[in-house]
Amino acid sequence: MEFAFGVLRQFPPDPPWWNNIVTIPPADDGIAGADLGVTDNNTTGRFLKQDFKLVARELVPHGEDPMPAFQKILDSGAKFILLAVPPDQLVKMADAAKGKDVILFNAGDTDDSLRGKDCRANVLHTAPSRAMLTDALAQYLVSKRWGSWLLLTGRTDADRLYAEAVKRSAKKFGGKIVDERVWNFGPDARESGNDIIPVFTQGKSYDVIVLADELGEFGPLIGYRSWDPRPTVGTSGLTPTTWSVTVTGWGAEQIQNRFARQAKRGMRALDFQMWLAMRTVGEAAARTRTNDVAKLREFIFGPTFELAGFKGGSFSYRPWDNQLRQPIVLTSAEALVAAAPQEGFLHQVNPLDTIGFDKPESQCKFPAQ
Amino acid sequence: MPNALRPTMALALAGASLAGLLAATAPAEAGKIFVTNERDHNMTVLDSESLKVLATVKTGRRPRGLIASPDNKLIYVCASDDNRVEVYDPNDYKLIKTLPSGPDPELFVLHPSGNPLYIANEDDALVTIVDTQSGQVLGEIPVGVEPEGMGISPDGKVLVNTSETTSMAHFIDTSTKQIVENVLVDTRPRVAQFTPDGKFTWVSAEVGGTVSIIENAKHEVVKKLNFEIPGVNAEAIQPVGIRISKDGSTAFVALGPANRVAVVDVKTFEVKKYLLVGQRVWQMAFSPDEKTLYTTNGNSNDVSIIDVESMKVTKSVAVGRGPWGVVAVP
Repeated sequence: MEFAFGVLRQFPPDPPWWNNIVTIPPADDGIAGADLGVTDNNTTGRFLKQDFKLVARELVPHGEDPMPAFQKILDSGAKFILLAVPPDQLVKMADAAKGKDVILFNAGDTDDSLRGKDCRANVLHTAPSRAMLTDALAQYLVSKRWGSWLLLTGRTDADRLYAEAVKRSAKKFGGKIVDERVWNFGPDARESGNDIIPVFTQGKSYDVIVLADELGEFGPLIGYRSWDPRPTVGTSGLTPTTWSVTVTGWGAEQIQNRFARQAKRGMRALDFQMWLAMRTVGEAAARTRTNDVAKLREFIFGPTFELAGFKGGSFSYRPWDNQLRQPIVLTSAEALVAAAPQEGFLHQVNPLDTIGFDKPESQCKFPAQ
Repeated sequence: MPNALRPTMALALAGASLAGLLAATAPAEAGKIFVTNERDHNMTVLDSESLKVLATVKTGRRPRGLIASPDNKLIYVCASDDNRVEVYDPNDYKLIKTLPSGPDPELFVLHPSGNPLYIANEDDALVTIVDTQSGQVLGEIPVGVEPEGMGISPDGKVLVNTSETTSMAHFIDTSTKQIVENVLVDTRPRVAQFTPDGKFTWVSAEVGGTVSIIENAKHEVVKKLNFEIPGVNAEAIQPVGIRISKDGSTAFVALGPANRVAVVDVKTFEVKKYLLVGQRVWQMAFSPDEKTLYTTNGNSNDVSIIDVESMKVTKSVAVGRGPWGVVAVP
């Protein structure tokens, strides 16, 4: 029994000073996670005579139209397509695949609108939403009683969306944003940072600096340079994410080792999110013993679907917006600090639904199926 | 009327505790309890009577699985990060020899005769078979992703290995070294344990939160145990270790971060009691007379002592960091 996968990644814009070989993200970011997912699925699959294959892999440079590459994947016969593309492209692909016998996975984009007004029934999200990331951060800050925040926002649309998510989380969990400031000192402040940043961060009293700078244009420069000695959190400093090499509890050491052996590097968030998409199909296939897309889908949204993901407990998909529920880790570059949901944040159904958009607040409306 | 009864009751109680004291002070062959400390890279040895630490034995890195030979003359330790099995003398705690194990050994099981040793290689999707006498690797059996739990039938003919990410119990014929059947269980199976009559295998699923009971003749899951503890989140109920009494009447299931051990009637599958133990209870071992059960509590760095007959936790004893495996010898 065959399971044909395709994977498509469009490269994100390069941050301003990532012009050196050491800091540039690996070319196989994400793809290596999909490869490990295929390996893991096949180790199980050989006992069930199930064969998992990546039949198409497409890498698209930043700024180019990814639709031809997507069409190639559809033409290759892939039934399960893993995507790391910008949100507007993802919506186009979902609409292009409408009515076709395929499942799309959004493994890369965090845009909340993809889980809200722009949601599509044929897309499952293994990437976290921005709301999940900032809710996880807010839970931690609030439980530390670090309740007042200085919000520093970058110049891009994505940064503004991250800042919006931070504000929503502040309201949800009782954090206070004492001031929001927009960084417009240009893209590379490595030379001038010691002059600019103390002034940029003075004049208000706060517990932490929350950074909304997804590309890392200035966020990494703020720490140790602020007027008052305050920790940085958000897109730099203490960062909420689905995965990091610092995750070693919950049996994670095994997958970290397995990944490092196969990919010759550490496992990154996008790798993990691609792996989760692969394992979603692998798990459903093992339980249902079918490659029928409709039956797999039905099982994935059924009451017995459980995905194990090395962060304790089981993951499942929210039926109201197709978002995978999973814990979010808070980590520095070297060490894991915490995991959300934090203890004490209660939920009537599933504690994982304390992070991200819960059913009553979701703006996603799927057509009746 | 109740008042009139009280003095007699009190007397009876005093008598009982006096008898208990006498029993405790009566000369008994004190045994030993061995505990591997995963994060301290050593092994704690406790006196089974006084529960005092007799020794702390340096082992290879990240010691996890721990068993005794059938004659109790050898202690086997999986040194996971050193990729070997270490064999210790339970009397002087000296390292007698090391055995090859394949990469990242986590749990293992001995053939009832004491030879060979079957080892789950978690990083490599293999079960390695090692001759305990010669140290030769007798074979490797490819299994699912992250093999962990290892159980063997009382007659030594059937080996069951569980693989965590594959969520299967692999039934292996020990004479042919081939998989005869794969049984799908719930997510992240951790431990496999045969019933003493050899008819059933109990498999715990950590993420699934269940114990599957497989009828070995049919290779079918005939019963699934669920656990509900008032005031404890269902997500925290993560079954790991399983021990079944020799008479086949009672099973104990360690429930991980629920910090409890479930006591289960093997015949009726009824959960009789939940015993509160230390944090993240992991593996368990009976004392040789099965009157006592020891649990390793990975997050509170201690061992809980359970009196089997009264189903009560009597004491907890501090050991090293990250206690993982436990075995008791006379």
